[in-house]
Amino acid sequence: MTANVSRRRLLGYSGATLAAGAAAGAGVVSVARAGADHGSADDAAVPFHGAHQAGISTPVQDRLHFAAFDVITDDRDRLVRMLKEWTAAAAAFTGGHPYGSAAGGLGEAPPDDTGEALGLPPARLTLTIGFGPTLFEKDGKDRFGLRAKRPAALIDLPHFPGDDLDPARSDGDLCVQACADDPQVAVHAIRNLARIGFGVVSVRWSQLGFGKTSSTTPDRQTPRNMFGFKDGTRNIAGTDTKALDEHVWASPADGPSWMAGGSYVVARRIRMHIETWDRTSLQEQQDTFGRTKGEGNAYGAKREHDPVPLDKLPADSHVRLAHPDGNGGVRILRRGYSFTDGTDGLGRLDAGLFFIAFQRDPRKQFVPLQSKLAASDHMNEYIQHVGSGIWACPPGVRKGGYWGDGLFS
Amino acid sequence: MRPVHVLAAAGAALVSLSALSACGKNDDAAPKGGSGAIEVTATDSSCEVGAKSTSAGAVTFKVTNKGSQVNELEILAPDGKIVSERENIGPGTGAEVTVQLSAGTYKVMCSAGMTGKGPSQALTVTGQGKAVDPRLDQAVAAYRTYVAEQVDDTLTKATKFAAAVKAGDVTKAKELYAPSRVGWERIEPVAESFGDIDPKVDLREADLKQGDRWTGWHQIEKALWKTGSLQGEGPYADQLVKDLQTLKTKVGTASITPTSMANGAKELLDEVATGKVTGEEETFSHTDLVDFKANVDGAQKVYELLKAIVKERNPDLATTLDDEFAKVQKMLTKYEKGDGYVPYDTVGAKDRKDLSDEVNALGEPLSKLAAVVAR
Repeated sequence: MTANVSRRRLLGYSGATLAAGAAAGAGVVSVARAGADHGSADDAAVPFHGAHQAGISTPVQDRLHFAAFDVITDDRDRLVRMLKEWTAAAAAFTGGHPYGSAAGGLGEAPPDDTGEALGLPPARLTLTIGFGPTLFEKDGKDRFGLRAKRPAALIDLPHFPGDDLDPARSDGDLCVQACADDPQVAVHAIRNLARIGFGVVSVRWSQLGFGKTSSTTPDRQTPRNMFGFKDGTRNIAGTDTKALDEHVWASPADGPSWMAGGSYVVARRIRMHIETWDRTSLQEQQDTFGRTKGEGNAYGAKREHDPVPLDKLPADSHVRLAHPDGNGGVRILRRGYSFTDGTDGLGRLDAGLFFIAFQRDPRKQFVPLQSKLAASDHMNEYIQHVGSGIWACPPGVRKGGYWGDGLFS
Repeated sequence: MRPVHVLAAAGAALVSLSALSACGKNDDAAPKGGSGAIEVTATDSSCEVGAKSTSAGAVTFKVTNKGSQVNELEILAPDGKIVSERENIGPGTGAEVTVQLSAGTYKVMCSAGMTGKGPSQALTVTGQGKAVDPRLDQAVAAYRTYVAEQVDDTLTKATKFAAAVKAGDVTKAKELYAPSRVGWERIEPVAESFGDIDPKVDLREADLKQGDRWTGWHQIEKALWKTGSLQGEGPYADQLVKDLQTLKTKVGTASITPTSMANGAKELLDEVATGKVTGEEETFSHTDLVDFKANVDGAQKVYELLKAIVKERNPDLATTLDDEFAKVQKMLTKYEKGDGYVPYDTVGAKDRKDLSDEVNALGEPLSKLAAVVAR
């Protein structure tokens, strides 16, 4: 028997036996009404349909719930059915609506929607899907007849020096990035997608992020990461269509046509050694980045957004190594979030950066950049990459289409 | 003792909601206030029913207790069986009972003091209405038989188990422990509806409240696997058998409807998800997979009995349930050992996750069964 006998019996068998009761319906009805009103508050909704998936060039929201899924069925039709259902649910959630009935459905049936987002605004929720290498081929098996469609750019990431990757926090056949200004809205979306997917997919791991560390709206303040520094000053602006075309969106010439207008996402769970960093001198902290902690200006520059005189920065500083000017103009679109998952059992914060980067071709962007950073970045003393994944994010969904329709059709 | 009524009441409001919004997606629907309900006025010595006849379908009784004793409303079928009942209607309070009635002559009885006896009035139900599919009645009847068989099985095996405990035979008792629980685990939601028996026979140590006296299977389980001694366990063994005998005498009166059967099946999977997959149920013996299998079998029995109707009303759900029951059964065969299963503490994290995924895969569609058979 279960721990909580009374609640269990209330909600379950006995309660349902007699569809009986006194006049306690009023509370239930008001919940149902709240659900109906809820749809009108879409002033902060990000359109779901479009040429590109939302959640990439979209101005970065405050909160993240990122989930990686394993596909646990071999039945391709079932997977496609689920993707269609996910798409319909995602369109509803991003519009600020419940998926199906949340509170006014049949009394004998569990509500379709779990309901914790009822009455909340859309909170600029975006849901972005990606397909991992193992969806195309796993253990040498072409599980869903997709092997031939795997883009060359969807590589298996190489081992980088210093990596200490936990398989339980890495990879996944699918990923969904949920970003919203309200964490409850983001969590609600992932929870409901996971529920819809039972029997088809299983959550492999998921990550909550609480503070954006990058901005795709460079006219605003660059946010600070858990080191207390601004990073990603030269991030690609969501409005810079030229840079997006050049660095973020896959073009038809790049590879399979189903990826045209899509992008490749790399996620890395980067643990920060918070305590050792905190007792590091301001000078060394600033040298590590190659910029000041207060204003965020690079050494040799006056303001944060001024051009960076690379030769004025320490050779092993993070900004010098990562800056586009030192990498033949290579840029990535960063959308990372800070995370804190409690403590690590040794009394230290389990905290860091959940790095997310979108790009046109990881072979030419993330891999060379990270190879360089992993080899030389002074910051490596204070960080460790403990989780990793790469996924191909298809282009946006057209009305009537579904996530991945180009891949599965 | 019956469950508290607060949420059951909310459930009733939702039922009337759903009647108005057939598609189930209309969150605006509001319940119709009371009209159409048959008023019943109960006192300590009378039972006035506001109608002598009504038409078949969902019939709502609105009972008011104007007496001084706690009252109970019972709707009795033409053959005398309880169709539905509502206990614990306090003096000066009221309740609503909604029940599906097909044509026939019923008795509406008010039982002051909840003695199971009291004044009654006949109610003639006519017409087809939305008469209950006779196959549903058959399913309920067949399920009642199954429940009785499982109670007999668990009683027989628990009696043998108790004998071994009383003889101080640790090896034998360990062998008989898990099998003695199988019948119980298959029908646990029905057994649990008798609120006083379940805590006596199946309470886990972790669920004890301060001052509780711990009895039942798990108390003996601890003695067998943790203490390793049966010293002083005899009375516990006797008590277990006695409590199961009480269950046997009571189980025929359990209120069983197609909806409660379906909810019970879902709850069996909930039991697996919260107690067995985690290894909490059998914390000393690690025989969780035996319970797991029994819970799944009990849920599958319910589904098989209702399947013909599910196939008609929601063929996709039937396909999914066929598929998922087959998968979970196949997955369990992997862990078979002798007549039972490997100890759960030998099942690794990866395998536990696979089992958990499958429990979710089955539990989710199974949660849709009740609404399919309720209409």
